[in-house]
Amino acid sequence: MRHPVGNVLVWIIWVIAATACVGTGVRVVTATSPFSSALSLIGNLASLAVLYLLASAEFVAAAQVLVYAGAVMVMFLFVIAYLGGRADAPFAGGTRLIQIASVVASGLLLAVTLVALLLKAGGRLSDEAEVETAFGSPAEIGRLFLTDHLLAFEITSIVLLIAAVGGVVLGMRSSAEDSFPPPDRHPQERTTIAGDPAFGGQTPEVAGFAAGSSRGEDAS
Amino acid sequence: MLGPGVPFYLVVSGLLFAVGTMGVLLRRSPLVVLLSLEIMLNASNLALVAFSRLTGELDGQIFALAVMAVAASEVCIGLGLIVAMARRNLELDVDRLSELRG
Repeated sequence: MRHPVGNVLVWIIWVIAATACVGTGVRVVTATSPFSSALSLIGNLASLAVLYLLASAEFVAAAQVLVYAGAVMVMFLFVIAYLGGRADAPFAGGTRLIQIASVVASGLLLAVTLVALLLKAGGRLSDEAEVETAFGSPAEIGRLFLTDHLLAFEITSIVLLIAAVGGVVLGMRSSAEDSFPPPDRHPQERTTIAGDPAFGGQTPEVAGFAAGSSRGEDAS
Repeated sequence: MLGPGVPFYLVVSGLLFAVGTMGVLLRRSPLVVLLSLEIMLNASNLALVAFSRLTGELDGQIFALAVMAVAASEVCIGLGLIVAMARRNLELDVDRLSELRG
C-alpha cells in the first residue's frame, strides 16, 4: 500500500461511518416515536454520504446531503408535526409468529444476497479499477448527464414534475373533508382518538371540539 | 483505493437493505414504513456507488442519482397520501387500511 497512514485513517473513518449507518438504520426501525425515527434517518443519510465520499462519489454525496437530509427529511418532519399524536403507531402488527417470520425473512434475504454475490463474483470484487481524481466530480457527472444519459435526465425531470402535480392533487381540500379533527360522522373512530393517551384519555365531550360543534348542528 | 474494498461496502449495503425490509414488514405506521423504504433505496444506492467504483465507470453513480430523484417523488406522493388519509379520519395503520380492498 502506497499511503499507509492515509489508509489507516480512511479505515477508521469508514468503520465509524458504517457503524453509525447500520446503528441509525436499526434505530429508525425500532424507535417508537416517528419523530426520533425521522431524526435517526437523517443521521443514517449523513453517514451514508461519508461512505459515498470514501467510494469517490463526491457529487452523489453532496446531492445526498442536499436532497435527502435537507429537503426530503424536512418534508417528513413537517408531516409528522402536522399529524401530531396520530402519527404514533404501535410497533408491530400481526401475531408473534408473523413478527418472527419477518425477521427471519429479512435475515435470509441478507444471507442469500451476500452468499450469491460472493460465490459468483467474489474473486472479481477485490481488484478495483484505477480512477483519476476527477472520478465522480460534478463536472464528470454533468458531462455524462448531458451526453450519454440525456434520456434518463429528461425522464427524471418528467417524473419529478408528475410527482409535484400528484402531490398538489392529493393535497387539495374538498369541502366534505375540510375539518381536522373531523365532524361526528364516525363515532367509533372518534372514541378511539379520545381514548388516545395523546389526548389525555378524556371523554369524547371534553376531548374534541368536533363533538360540541356537531351537537350544535343537531340543535339548530 | 484507500481503505476498505468493495466487498465491505456491499456488506453494509446488504445489512441496510435487510434492516429496511424488517422495518417495512414489522411496523404498522405508514410513516415509518416510508422511512424504512428510504433505507432500502439508500442501501441500493450504496451498492450502485460501490460497483461504479469497482468498474471505474460513472454509470452507477448516474443511476444512483436517478434513484434519488425517484425516491424524492415517492416521498412526495407517499406523504400526500398519508396526509389525505389523516384528513379523511382513516386510521393510520397499514393493517387496517382496507378501503380499497376489492
